[in-house]
Amino acid sequence: MVEPTDKVREEFFSEAQEIIESFSRNLLALDAAQKSGSSDPSLVNEAFRAVHTLKGLAGLFGATRMGLLSHQLEDVLDDLRLGRMELSAQVLDVLFRAIDLYAQILGAEKEGSDKPIAAVDELISKLQRVGAGAQQRASPSAEYELDPGTLAVLTEYEEHRLVTNIEQGFRLYRLRVQFDLTTIDKALEDMKQRAKRHGEIITYLPTGEATSADTIELDLLMASHDDLATLIGSLGADNVVIEEIPRRSRRSLAASGTLPPPANAAPRLPTAYPGAESIVPEVAARQSEHLELASSLRSVSQTVRVDIRKLDHLMNIVGELAIVRSSLSRVAERLRGEGQRQLATELLRLHRNFDRRLTEMQDGILEVRMVPLGQVFDRLARVVRQISREVEKEIRLVITGAETEIDKLIVEELSDPLMHMIRNAIDHGIEPAAERSEVGKPQAGTIALNAFQKGNHVMIEIEDDGQGIDEESLVAKAVQLGKLQADEARELTRDEVLGLIFIPGISTRAEANDLSGRGVGMDIVKTNIGRLGGVIDVHTETGIGTKMTITLPITLAIVSALVVDVAGRVFAVPLSSVSEAISFDGSGVRLVDSREVMTLRGTTLPLCRLDRLLRLERSDGEPKRRFVVVASMGNRRLGLVVDHLYGQQDIVIKSLGRSLSAVRGVTGATELGDQRVGLVLDAGALIEEVLAGVEAKQGVRSADG
Amino acid sequence: MHRILVVEDSVSMRAFVRSTLEAEEAGMGELEVVEASSGFDALRLLPRGHYDLVITDINMPDINGLELVQFIRKSERHRDLPVLLISTQSSDRDRERGLSLGANGYLAKPFTPELLREETVRQLARPRWHAEPDG
Repeated sequence: MVEPTDKVREEFFSEAQEIIESFSRNLLALDAAQKSGSSDPSLVNEAFRAVHTLKGLAGLFGATRMGLLSHQLEDVLDDLRLGRMELSAQVLDVLFRAIDLYAQILGAEKEGSDKPIAAVDELISKLQRVGAGAQQRASPSAEYELDPGTLAVLTEYEEHRLVTNIEQGFRLYRLRVQFDLTTIDKALEDMKQRAKRHGEIITYLPTGEATSADTIELDLLMASHDDLATLIGSLGADNVVIEEIPRRSRRSLAASGTLPPPANAAPRLPTAYPGAESIVPEVAARQSEHLELASSLRSVSQTVRVDIRKLDHLMNIVGELAIVRSSLSRVAERLRGEGQRQLATELLRLHRNFDRRLTEMQDGILEVRMVPLGQVFDRLARVVRQISREVEKEIRLVITGAETEIDKLIVEELSDPLMHMIRNAIDHGIEPAAERSEVGKPQAGTIALNAFQKGNHVMIEIEDDGQGIDEESLVAKAVQLGKLQADEARELTRDEVLGLIFIPGISTRAEANDLSGRGVGMDIVKTNIGRLGGVIDVHTETGIGTKMTITLPITLAIVSALVVDVAGRVFAVPLSSVSEAISFDGSGVRLVDSREVMTLRGTTLPLCRLDRLLRLERSDGEPKRRFVVVASMGNRRLGLVVDHLYGQQDIVIKSLGRSLSAVRGVTGATELGDQRVGLVLDAGALIEEVLAGVEAKQGVRSADG
Repeated sequence: MHRILVVEDSVSMRAFVRSTLEAEEAGMGELEVVEASSGFDALRLLPRGHYDLVITDINMPDINGLELVQFIRKSERHRDLPVLLISTQSSDRDRERGLSLGANGYLAKPFTPELLREETVRQLARPRWHAEPDG
């Protein structure tokens, strides 16, 4: 037997992952719908389709556990979508549990292990019990003058939807539409969106008739609560003809004395229709963003999946071309200097053209790397739901800006830190319901997750309406743990106090708990965010809540940088963290807390002499005229004292390798053309290092002993 | 040289079918697999080329496999085109419907690569009017 190749297995893993994510989104939407008392049959169907596909794939790729789990889930979801079972919070719990288990199974499969996982078996048997309660429902037949050809091609689910709609007293319509084959995807999506307001499209049937080779004619079977005139007003167009499918009148049924003749070739539908006089319930067509998301995820025909390393490779080439570009302009300058004006002009024109195209290419590659933060937010929504049930706190999660885009690599790394911060917010921030009502807060705590773009950065805020951080006990804990001297503690500014939460071992809670552990999290969170070139700012107000703001670069792949010289060495400072550069002659420097500062337009700017910090030796003393590069991150600023400014350049940051990865203040190295290599400074880390006095001292102390 | 249209909304499922049929050790001879990611995709591709076999999933959004079979049987050009259905459906309902609509074969997922190859060979050997005018 030929085994699926590695490449095909790779496809399997990434598709399974995608399906599980979309399944998870569906469950969240179902959960929300269930809580608000609404229902959207297409959501259940999407969820069913997800596990159905997983089951099929699992079978082919020999993933036994995944197959077993999917099989049981499929039964349950099938009962749900065919109306044989009601969706309850308990059922949802079980379904949510399955998401976690899928992740475990997939992890094990990737490592080539197909060992039984106890938790999976447990859930499978639970699912069997859930499914056992399902009631078989008699399905009444249609008494509409439906084309037997249409009835014959309905899948079981479509048939169920048809019956359900008829039971609810909806009218049936046939929409004959003609679409241009090249634009059909968009046209169809538009049609679906508009139709949603009026009811449900049950199936799409190609008629086989078309006016030309580039068009296609379809019959859409639609159920709606609106009348024909309304539908024509809303959906009608030159290429859309709508007809109501007449109901067979009782009289004609009685007159003929027989039921409508069964379709000749078509399999018979169950007959007898008991609920003919059923009352039309008020059904509002509910819009669902999740559904749109899910359907956009499924339209794979126009997309390709690319390994991000391939994009990195392309980006490296762009980086190297950027070096060629600057060499070109240097050659042009030399030609001009040697009197070859005409050649120089021609070369400069080529250079400009090259420059433009290269920028376009770079932007294009960057764009491809961008993914919406919604990907990680969805995962967080699941975590919130799970934790809030475990700790019995009611939490409302409000997400804004899920569409904000950021580099795929950053998104991947964000999941853990964000999860930890949210856990902290639920566990330490939000008070128990009783405590909340005592102080007049709504019982349900709110956690807001906001994302937005600000210049070259993406900001993510995690804001809770809990009790705020208890600064006094934070300081007391730091002193008790020996992280801080009592006299030092008295001199701390408020920001410095809040900075204490990032020191290893600090917890604002006396006892450890399962969720947030012993408070070891925030230092790791900070390190991880720092590795992505980001910083965290903390704001808290006692009794009102806490807001943590993460500032991240949009991409790590290529950055614009200011190239500078310090004591004869070349450094690059990412422009995203540079707010300005000013000339500096050493005058106006004061000492505050044994730290050098200067005044810049009325505000105090702490200074960092890079030559001293990096212990760079000078052969011929400090130059008189120098520059200060003002770096800023979040709301903190630091003036970096440098010798020369060479100018701006796009750089591709190369990692320094494992041995040097722990060096603070440097993110990597870069080629600058001319065979020069420069270190890329990490402004965020420098700011931390120099400004966070307590932590820096702490760091030195622990490094020494 | 045979051309096979594989209609399936799962990308790894398509990859599986492709690698099963195209693998050299499969011994299927000269063979080209064309992938369609939806029923619509198939409708787009069918008029633009010659195909010897359609392998289609039944459960797909919008245009399902059954609708595709009916479309093919009704079309002037493709009415003799063999269609092999694949589905994970546990009930026999969709299989019976598919066959009564004129599909030529049915494979229940999961199937082994061997089974898929055997069934494909069988379908490709099916006589068609342009190959055998008398049949």
